[in-house]
Amino acid sequence: MTKTPLIQVKSLVQKIGTQEILRGLSLDIIEGETLVLLGKSGGGKSVFLRHLIGLMHPVSGSIFFEGMDVTQLSERQLEPVRRHIGMLFQDGALFDSMNVFDNVAFPLRERGEKNPAIVREKVAQALAMVNMTGHEHKMPVNLSGGMRKRVALARAIISPPAVILYDEPTAGLDPIVSDSINKLIRHLQKELHVTSIVVTHDMVSCYHIADRVALLSEGRIYFIGTPEELRQTTDPTIRDFVDGRSGETIY
Amino acid sequence: MVLISYIKLVYSYILIFLGEVAMLAGETLLSIARGRIRPRLVLYQIAEIGYRSQLVVVVTGAFTGAVFTAQAYFQFASLNMETAVGSVVAVSMFRELGPVLAGVMVAGRVGAAMSAEIGTMKVTQQIDALRALAVSPVDYLVVPRSIAMFISMPFLVAESVGCGILASYYVGVKVLNISGVYFLANTQKWVDSSDIVMALVKGFFFAGIIVFISCREGLNAKGGAVGVGRATTSTVVNCSLAILIVNFFLTMALNIIFPAG
Repeated sequence: MTKTPLIQVKSLVQKIGTQEILRGLSLDIIEGETLVLLGKSGGGKSVFLRHLIGLMHPVSGSIFFEGMDVTQLSERQLEPVRRHIGMLFQDGALFDSMNVFDNVAFPLRERGEKNPAIVREKVAQALAMVNMTGHEHKMPVNLSGGMRKRVALARAIISPPAVILYDEPTAGLDPIVSDSINKLIRHLQKELHVTSIVVTHDMVSCYHIADRVALLSEGRIYFIGTPEELRQTTDPTIRDFVDGRSGETIY
Repeated sequence: MVLISYIKLVYSYILIFLGEVAMLAGETLLSIARGRIRPRLVLYQIAEIGYRSQLVVVVTGAFTGAVFTAQAYFQFASLNMETAVGSVVAVSMFRELGPVLAGVMVAGRVGAAMSAEIGTMKVTQQIDALRALAVSPVDYLVVPRSIAMFISMPFLVAESVGCGILASYYVGVKVLNISGVYFLANTQKWVDSSDIVMALVKGFFFAGIIVFISCREGLNAKGGAVGVGRATTSTVVNCSLAILIVNFFLTMALNIIFPAG
């Protein structure tokens, strides 16, 4: 693994209403790694992820990707950047007017692929990669949560991106489906050599997939290190999160 | 003080609303000019907007023409002017009732559906997914709907007016026993091509009002199902109000270009 930061986040500040969600967040993401971003619910993890792809613009701060400051780009200028970054939304965000095949084929067709044979072949490959072969004609409404996430992942990887952003890929899934999603993330990293940023508060998932772990607390990166360093830390704030202690005693 | 701050709030809401609709219209027209058009989606939307709205505009136009004819006949008969009913109804249908009623009905049927569909996509992150896949929601969602609406609306207005006049003829001549020859002669005498142009021009303007307000409301929806419901309601209310207000100014402007009679 090279040590070149593929994405550099510098002093990112974001407010929603009067609440300051991100308070000067700085982070380097190294090419080829899987970085897991931990943090409390409502702590700004998903908000941070949305900034990386330009879905939100910060109050201040910058995000450099391939030499460009993403925060300064207009919606049209962001399009080439977004072609290099795939995103898996929390509930998949599949287009509910299209079946599985059309959802997965969507990025290909939008990028000008007109040959139906090539589209069919690439969709079949992408669906095979996420173990969803045979479900091409189903509508999203007829899929389970885990299946929806798999299809969304197939859609994100069909035009292989340089970076994949995962927004809580295992949230709301049973442990077995969660494990299969974790294995899938690992598998994709090995197969496609993509850089992955995974937002989660699932510690099992974190230890399974992470090369590095960052903990977001109070709008800043509180800890960054390897999963082993996270396991061994004695910092009470980190230990509370890792061990799942709320500090409440009244019950 | 409360009244002043309320007026200020309403005033700023209207300005923001108009600004956002104008910006969306500008961005859409720019995309169309740059050729970011998906013909397949345009055809699908023409079927959704134009083809499937026909029944509602035909029924509206026909019954408006029929009831207007009956009412005009009851008034005109006492003056022995029943044969003028056809021309009065035809001119009114062309210049005002046809375009306005078709506009309001299409706003209710198509505008509400557009707003609900785009609003649902917004609150379920499908719009974000489009953006994340490097596809502009304006290009993908608004452009096809706009082109389809601009193509369909003049036809829908023409259908509404045509059915109104046919219903007027039927009620006037077959039911109320007005002389068919005089009915048609007077209609031909007082209706000319400027009335047809006025109806189609109004239909074109109303198409823009419906599509841009509906898409703006859908794209700004937030807060789950409640937000989509609000977006849909305000689409129908705002489109209907905008059609009625713009219709007045269009009538004044178009009457200068195409004087009545």
